[in-house]
Amino acid sequence: MWLQKLSLLNFKNYAEAELSFSETVNAFAGDNGAGKTNLLDAIHYLCLCKSYFNPIDVQQILQGADFFMLQGVFERAAQTEVIACSLKRSQKKQFKRNKKEYQRLADHIGLFPLVMISPYDISIIIEGSEERRKFVDNSISQTDNHYLDELIAYNKHLQNRNSLLRQIADTGRYDPQLLEIFNERLVASGQRIFEKRKMFMEAFIPVFNKHYHYLTEDAEQVELVYESQLLHDDFAGLLQRNTERDRILERTTTGIHKDELSFTIHGLPMKKFGSQGQQKSFLIALKLAQYTYLQQQKGFKPLLLLDDIFDKLDEKRTRKLMQMVSHDDFGQIFITDTNAERILRIFDDISVPVKLFNVDKGTVTS
Amino acid sequence: MNFSSRLLENAVAEFSKLPGVGQKTALRLVLHLLNQSQEDVEKFSYALTRLRSEIRYCKTCHNISDQQVCEICAAHKRDRSIICIVEDTRDVMAIENTNQYNGLYHVLGGLISPMDGIGPAELTVDSLVERVKNGDVKEVILALSATMEGDTTIFYLYKKLKDMPVQITTIARGIAFGGELEYADEITLGRSIVTRVPYENTMVK
Repeated sequence: MWLQKLSLLNFKNYAEAELSFSETVNAFAGDNGAGKTNLLDAIHYLCLCKSYFNPIDVQQILQGADFFMLQGVFERAAQTEVIACSLKRSQKKQFKRNKKEYQRLADHIGLFPLVMISPYDISIIIEGSEERRKFVDNSISQTDNHYLDELIAYNKHLQNRNSLLRQIADTGRYDPQLLEIFNERLVASGQRIFEKRKMFMEAFIPVFNKHYHYLTEDAEQVELVYESQLLHDDFAGLLQRNTERDRILERTTTGIHKDELSFTIHGLPMKKFGSQGQQKSFLIALKLAQYTYLQQQKGFKPLLLLDDIFDKLDEKRTRKLMQMVSHDDFGQIFITDTNAERILRIFDDISVPVKLFNVDKGTVTS
Repeated sequence: MNFSSRLLENAVAEFSKLPGVGQKTALRLVLHLLNQSQEDVEKFSYALTRLRSEIRYCKTCHNISDQQVCEICAAHKRDRSIICIVEDTRDVMAIENTNQYNGLYHVLGGLISPMDGIGPAELTVDSLVERVKNGDVKEVILALSATMEGDTTIFYLYKKLKDMPVQITTIARGIAFGGELEYADEITLGRSIVTRVPYENTMVK
């Protein structure tokens, strides 16, 4: 799958632009605030129906305009597919595939898979465990459309159980049978989510290790481990044994909502002991592993968007990375950088052709 | 909204407390009532006052009723060995309209949902257990909504009743009449396949 053409109308800082891409490497170069990342975001929007950075749709419209339109011409399974999206202020957004409007946006997600690597990803390392679970959940739900429903059900049961625990504390009325019911419902859906996460991590970790070793040539020892209370214990037993504690704390203290990914460097937490460059390398390996996983599950190559990728990486790792992504395992790539010469030099060194676009205040020239 | 009369304003405020009624609809209803004869409006408000002060809940099944015991529970022709458990009086009306059921009812008054502050104590569960314990009930039909709260409630009642000498059944869930398979949603269709029934059982006399 690849994106042949992209046209933008009143999208972010673009009044109008039309671009034709190469099937391999495409690079956007320009100064700060020129609109390089906005082009990546437009591609992200067409593939996943939303912006990568900002969840508020109307804020994607060019200042002073009252609508935006995006259109992408993709090639997928030897077919030409035209995806169009338009949004008018105070109206519902429209998503069309080959001129036919989608009834449910969820039907579109997953058809045109994409992986974006951006400086914002650092939150996966430095923020709370929720970000890391979200990363895992996003990866699984792009390939398994029942996973998200299961997760929603689990969260609802969990909320109910927590409300019940609070009510028990407030009113002093404790009905063990009722708590037992929420335990059983949590266990049923929690167990299924756990199995899926475990299966995903089993496939994911070796790919991650491979990418990381290649990228850094084993300069440091890192480890990615999936931690879940359910790995060593049976969920029903956990809930049973922690009933007293849960009643005191008035919330559920065990379950898959406590799952965690632990990131370590030389056995110490990555968040505190990794340098910025090491953290960035780690994130890139994580995202590339997500790419490989999606590719294995879908049977074709997703798009790869690299935003400001050269920042914080040393020359050696940069070259390794570019060698890697321009290899056959990866499909169409989009890169942004402030320095056009740096991009040309790097790709010249590894003799890979690159299509360069110069971005300047909302205009693009190739 | 600026009202020319305080009385008008009060009436509109009361009407707009009703579900699904906004200020404009409330004003329309109030002005309509003003156009009616005094006698008619008095009849209207008398009906409401009586409704609120004289309505009873059947002491057996908790359905809305005029007497201590509702018509269904008092009827001699009804089969007293079956109890159909429903959420509220609307469900009783819906099942009665089918003309397929001749047993008694038990109205729970809601579904278990701790998130909304509703637990078994807010429902008529204890009285149901008593009914099953005391009477000569042979079968209990759980006719509750196919939602998460409905499932939780069914599960809870099942646990409460399973050790008693009574058969527990639930209403069938599946493809609607006149419905085409290709338009059925996956979960309904999947469940219909899993809980399929022998063809002979589907031939209703």
